[in-house]
Amino acid sequence: MKSKVTVFITLFFLISVMISSCNKNQDNVIKIGQFASLTGSEATFGISSDNGIKLALEEINSSGGLLGKQIQLVTEDNQGKPNETQTVVQKLINRDKVVGIIGEVASSRSKAAAPICQQNKIPMISQASTNPEVTAIGDYIFRVCFIDPFQATVMSKFALNSMKTKKVALLIDQRNAYSTGLAENFKKTFVEMGGEIIEEQKYSSGDKDFKAQLTAIKYKNPEAIFIPGYYTDVGLIAIQSREIGLTIPLFGGDGWESDKLTEGKAKDALEGCFFSTHISTEDPNPLIQNFIKKYREKYKIEPDAYSFLGYDALMLMADAIKRAGTTDGEKVKLELAKTKDFKGVTGNITINEQRNAIKPAVVLEIKGGKFKYKETIAP
Amino acid sequence: MIEFIQQFINGLSLGSIYALIALGYTMIYGILRFINFAHGDVFMIGAFSGYYLAFLFSFATFTGGASVWMAILILLGSMVVCSILGFTLEKLAYKPLRNSPKLTILITAIGVSLFLEYGGQLVFGADPKSFPTLLENKELFNIGGAAVFSNSVVVIIVSLILMIILRIIVMNTKMGTAMRAVSFNHNVASLMGININRVISFTFILGSSLAAAAGILFGLNYPKIDPLIGIIYGLKAFVAAVLGGIGNILGAALGGLILGLVETFVSGYLSSTYRDAIAFGILIIILLFRPTGLLGKKEIEKV
Repeated sequence: MKSKVTVFITLFFLISVMISSCNKNQDNVIKIGQFASLTGSEATFGISSDNGIKLALEEINSSGGLLGKQIQLVTEDNQGKPNETQTVVQKLINRDKVVGIIGEVASSRSKAAAPICQQNKIPMISQASTNPEVTAIGDYIFRVCFIDPFQATVMSKFALNSMKTKKVALLIDQRNAYSTGLAENFKKTFVEMGGEIIEEQKYSSGDKDFKAQLTAIKYKNPEAIFIPGYYTDVGLIAIQSREIGLTIPLFGGDGWESDKLTEGKAKDALEGCFFSTHISTEDPNPLIQNFIKKYREKYKIEPDAYSFLGYDALMLMADAIKRAGTTDGEKVKLELAKTKDFKGVTGNITINEQRNAIKPAVVLEIKGGKFKYKETIAP
Repeated sequence: MIEFIQQFINGLSLGSIYALIALGYTMIYGILRFINFAHGDVFMIGAFSGYYLAFLFSFATFTGGASVWMAILILLGSMVVCSILGFTLEKLAYKPLRNSPKLTILITAIGVSLFLEYGGQLVFGADPKSFPTLLENKELFNIGGAAVFSNSVVVIIVSLILMIILRIIVMNTKMGTAMRAVSFNHNVASLMGININRVISFTFILGSSLAAAAGILFGLNYPKIDPLIGIIYGLKAFVAAVLGGIGNILGAALGGLILGLVETFVSGYLSSTYRDAIAFGILIIILLFRPTGLLGKKEIEKV
């Protein structure tokens, strides 16, 4: 009996010491959460932006931290699944008690997380979700990238003026909010500007056979195909379109951006195709080149647009907390909304009334498997 | 009309892959009266062994430089890998349960399937891999704009050859006769001196090697593979096997081709949104009128 009591008391002391040390930690750090697709088929989205975020984290912490404290980044992997996203965001807010959340690249996952952040009054910054509905969910939800209607305008302009194509076919991923949203906007702006959509076909992300849809498109004789999908499917689509003898250019949005896009046979199939994105690594701007240098040193690989956007997302979050002088969600949210001409690596960020960032887009051309700068289109 | 021809070729090459996987389902069902749900994942392992064998033979220049002999070597290599896998799976997972209720073995099959899928994610990584170019994809001929490329033809021809070989094995060899005997009645077959265990192992080896061939042909035509491709293709092939009459080898081949053609025509002429709905709808209609599938024989339950 006596030994049991001793064990109990020892345990009690151990636990209380552990709890108090936890509390101590919490006083010294500001916890910011991140949910990202670090595994799963869209893993490069999550990994690239996570790399960028960690670079920003290092920079802030090594230059004295934030409000005299260090930032602690709590990262959760959602495996690229919307329902998993809800679970991990709940965990970030309830168990880790983060004061702000960063995520995600994919609109469908950001849309799953946003209502939870809004409900708990935790400011959320999405680094690259371009679907307009994401920030419409509530006044705690922000983004540091442009939105699909703008991206659609950019690609409509580009198709008509630079590619000189008037008759375009669409191939849409019907299971993806980003893809259907971008396609909807593209249809509207392209027709308004004098173009013609002559065929519309759909697929579901993860499909492997696109030949039926592509053959149907082929016999409508379009001049180009707009594919607002993700890199995971675009490579296969390009390969198969060449296999059925379709030689017209393909073009798409920022979902194409990944070094995996041009892997294997897709390299030749995508030659001379275009996509719009947030940034070109060929831009001589010293802010950008400096970031690329640091990124290369740390990770030994090349950054993509999501690395830049991830970096800006955490930097903006830190800046807003600094301006607010507190980590209180409501005050941080007000400061985020007031952001004007914030100097980011993806350009100057001004947050508008819809909590979206206003900034230009670039169009890249695929040449020999590399992404070459083509032109910048301003808002 | 030209569009129709092209869609027909698309459908045939998709259907051939379904057919090859469906053959494995149907053979194992014919012998053991159980659905091997892990069969789709054996197909996935087949594709991945092709991917790694290509690297092993260090010719995997992703663009060109491919030779026909290498491709055949990789095809055979991956068939061997999957035969071993199928053999081991049967010995480890299914054999100990042979006399347990059917439900136990079915649930085990689902467990094996999950094991292969998520084990695959662990070993191969979850991101899609780009399947190496085993064969140059050349334009063979062009009928007024309908381009026919070598890979789709290779898929159809290789499947056809494998199905003919299978037919010869089942109909004209001693082992094939034993297989048919076992599928009629285990007990009587063993009384006639047939080694049941050997026949079952052989069936698994045969089915798994066909799945491996399907995996390689899949990689040839859709050069992006990931550890979860077996789920949907396995399911579709299962449907094809049921459509043709499960347990019937010719039926599985026919079911696969029908499913591939229907899916292609629905996506091409209607909308891919309804692709699966219509494909499965046709299955339901066929099963309403012919509950045993297109070529399935009615089984008489003796009381």
